[in-house]
Amino acid sequence: MNARQLKQRFMLHLDPVLLAALGGFMLISIILLYSASDGNWMRVLGQLGNIAVAFTAMWIVANMPLHWLMRSAVPMYVLGMLLLVAVALFGEISHGARRWLHIGVATIQPSELMKIAVPLMMAWYFEKNEATLKLRNYFVALILLVLPVGLIMRQPDLGTSILIAASGFYVLFLAGLSWRIMIGTALAGLASAPFLWSALHDYQRHRILMLFDPSQDALGKGYHTIQGMIAVGSGGILGKGYMNGTQTHLDFLPERTTDFIFAVWSEEFGLLGNLLLLGLYVFVIGRGFIITANASTYFTRLLAGSITLTFFTYAFVNMGMVSGILPVVGVPLPLISYGGTSLLTLMLGFGILMSINTHKQLVKT
Amino acid sequence: MNRFIELKNHQREIYYFRLRLVLSLGFVAVMLFILLARFFYLQVIRHEYFHTLSDSNRIYVVPIVPNRGLLLDRNGVVMAQNYSGYTLEIAPDKVTDMDALIAELSTLVAVTPKDIKRFKKLLTERQALGTMPLRSQLSDEEVARVSAQRFRFPAVEIKARLFREYPFSDVTSHLIGYVGRINQKDIEQLEEEETASNYMGSDYIGKTGVEQSYEKALHGTTGFEQVEVDAGGRAVRVLSRTSPESGSNIMLTLDAKLQEVAEQAFGDYRGALVAIDPTNGEVLAFVSKPGYDPALFIDGIDTETWEELNSSLDTPLNNRALRGQYPPGSTIKPFMALTGLHYGTRSPSRTISDPGYFMLPGSRHQYRDWKTGGHGSVDLFKSIVISCDTYYYGLATELGIDNMHSYLSRFGFGKKTGLDMEGETSGLLPSTEWKAKRHKQIWYPGDTVSAGIGQGYNLVTPLQLAFATATLANDGVAFQPHLVKEIRRSRGEPLFTEHKQLFDLEIPPEHIKLVKDAMEAVTKPGGTAAGAAYGVTYRMAGKTGTAQVIAIKQGEKYDEKKVSEYNRDHAWFIAFAPADKPRIALAVLAENGGHGGSTAAPIARKVLDYYLLGKVPKPLQTVAEKTGAESD
Repeated sequence: MNARQLKQRFMLHLDPVLLAALGGFMLISIILLYSASDGNWMRVLGQLGNIAVAFTAMWIVANMPLHWLMRSAVPMYVLGMLLLVAVALFGEISHGARRWLHIGVATIQPSELMKIAVPLMMAWYFEKNEATLKLRNYFVALILLVLPVGLIMRQPDLGTSILIAASGFYVLFLAGLSWRIMIGTALAGLASAPFLWSALHDYQRHRILMLFDPSQDALGKGYHTIQGMIAVGSGGILGKGYMNGTQTHLDFLPERTTDFIFAVWSEEFGLLGNLLLLGLYVFVIGRGFIITANASTYFTRLLAGSITLTFFTYAFVNMGMVSGILPVVGVPLPLISYGGTSLLTLMLGFGILMSINTHKQLVKT
Repeated sequence: MNRFIELKNHQREIYYFRLRLVLSLGFVAVMLFILLARFFYLQVIRHEYFHTLSDSNRIYVVPIVPNRGLLLDRNGVVMAQNYSGYTLEIAPDKVTDMDALIAELSTLVAVTPKDIKRFKKLLTERQALGTMPLRSQLSDEEVARVSAQRFRFPAVEIKARLFREYPFSDVTSHLIGYVGRINQKDIEQLEEEETASNYMGSDYIGKTGVEQSYEKALHGTTGFEQVEVDAGGRAVRVLSRTSPESGSNIMLTLDAKLQEVAEQAFGDYRGALVAIDPTNGEVLAFVSKPGYDPALFIDGIDTETWEELNSSLDTPLNNRALRGQYPPGSTIKPFMALTGLHYGTRSPSRTISDPGYFMLPGSRHQYRDWKTGGHGSVDLFKSIVISCDTYYYGLATELGIDNMHSYLSRFGFGKKTGLDMEGETSGLLPSTEWKAKRHKQIWYPGDTVSAGIGQGYNLVTPLQLAFATATLANDGVAFQPHLVKEIRRSRGEPLFTEHKQLFDLEIPPEHIKLVKDAMEAVTKPGGTAAGAAYGVTYRMAGKTGTAQVIAIKQGEKYDEKKVSEYNRDHAWFIAFAPADKPRIALAVLAENGGHGGSTAAPIARKVLDYYLLGKVPKPLQTVAEKTGAESD
């Protein structure tokens, strides 16, 4: 194999359009991290490492034939559920939440695995029952969704459970869940809101209350939201300039390399920067929709649609929480925030999208 | 058939799926629009607001406290200055167990029970956040010890600060006063004057004396630094700076050495002395004895020491020169003589015969002269020289109290002199109107008799009497008494105090000459102050006086030895010199000193000797020489 052939083989199952957009995100992530971490090269190098790992994982998944993916759905889901139960029983507590499992040398966060496993499992389930889809199947799929979401909410990890619930809902929605049931459930949900409220943890309730009036506790729970809004608002149209964000560089922004990195972007690059970033997200989501629309099987359609919509939800929840229209639930900005785990999960998702896009022709021919 | 239906189903399924996908796209579009709207709202519509918030997050205004101006005497000797030192301060908000903390700290630095008491008192008076001093003037070793253990005490800070120091301590305590920590009352006052912003960051404010009355000039203008801080409150850089303007140095009219001479001339006597330059009103010496150590008050005084000072029979906190009110006694006589001459009630040549007492017509009550048996034939001149009481009993009775009031008040009796120091009292110059108002009583002829020799209701302050003496010495032309000669501003030309002529009594020269000659004769053989003036080489004029502390019953004789020390008469002496061209006029009060001639006059003599001849009594413990004059 010469270099050209090697390149061809390398690119065979990758989607160049998606790849270009992802490259754009990685570039922004590195540039922004350098500023957000106050020029801390260790952070930047760490993220470069994360990117390398995530890209590799994406490449591997993209090259996997689709039936492998289908075959892995049940074992992955079962493994994920077992780990979640293990977390609930023996998990490590950190920052007031039981999310991590210590196995030998590494600490893993099983809820991250479920971001892929749940839509995969649900799509697999609908594919299995495609011919004879009945209301009962939707109910079973809902159970498959509610079990992990419930366990993750209990940890508690509101952000992840919302994202997984959303990804499952998208599968249900795309699988054709009837409007009557959706509207009925929504109404029932509204009616049961008071009970749900009482089931929430104090810190979750507090965060929701802060959404309506963050100034009530400006130095406590509302601090994140207020400082985030100040950073975004003070950025104005053009921003304060790269490395010149005062909220960022004078430590007023909490968690500015992770959950609040969007505030750094907003502060330094302003409304124009936000438009650019939103444009990039729209581009990726648009590509995701095209891949979904062209997917050849029921399974791949549901999975690709769910991955694309969940990616958007990810971005929306994060930007919404930083700009103060959603409560602070602890969701990172997809593809930008510092951190290996969420990046890995996201890139696995894109790997699946690419696999769906590139393997269908091979299946057809 | 079957296959056809299946295929159709499949197409329908794809149709439905794509419909749902388009709906999802719509959902995404709506959400994106919400985000965009939010960004537009935050970054365009409310940009100004958040921009301000972001600036107020990071920009702090830090006051820079100006250096307080120095106080100098008329020769440049420093009377109040600043020195830098270290204090051990505690932020009470960060402390849970104050006693335990103090106990731990006292293993590192010497903390006396007094320090602790003073500190606890400060805590109760505290009005703002920030640190409070537990100990000041730490030694270098103590600073090093605490610094090494800093990590153990997050609530403890070592601060370098400027401290106020008064080299003359108790000698000038009543004149200079002191600064003290700003308390709630001060803040209210500052807010009323709308100068509170100038005191941001200031710890001290003038509380009494010149430190108080010239607070504005001494304090200076606070500067400001705009500092960029991070979320932890640490300063990152300075954005802008408005330099503070140091307080003005103030040159007093006082002569520090004269002040020391005067203070030490009192010996063990309590009392007061005010010396004024009669030609311009400059106060040359201002003594109130005993004084106190002003340093005690700077960082708050502990309750015990305060009680001790406050309840002392010697009342060291009482500014006798400014606020002490005493009957003038016979020192009123020269002024009475001028009153008699003014109204024509007495001509210089008219003599009376003094049998040793005076009786009102129709009364058998005897008003006794100090000399049993009397002075024989007495004219106006002699009445002053020998201080004849009987002469003035009669004069007062003939004048009537309202004439006396009217003329004596022209010398400033019964009124504040307007000295540039707060808290002056006005003394008391009685009249029929005053008595009706104050006591709801009619004026009795007997009241007038004792008023004639400066007893009865009459009260003067040493300052008032010195002012009246200066006016007399300057032939009836009065200048505003003042303490400040010059305000040397840190920017701009110095401000010189104008010598303000208050009034001219237009006393006929022959009247003034007669009285002044008589006062000079007081210091000559035969006069009541001849002893104190023995051997004087300049022309000295004066008048003795005695102020009764307790009334003596009719027919009883005052016996100094029988009366307890604090009930003994006060001794007065007023003087000016040189008699022909006075450069200094003064009033001396020696509390419970008995006779003016024997206790008060010698004090005056020492002061005059120093001022006119440069003669320093020995031994004199002098601060003025040690500190030396400030070189310009």
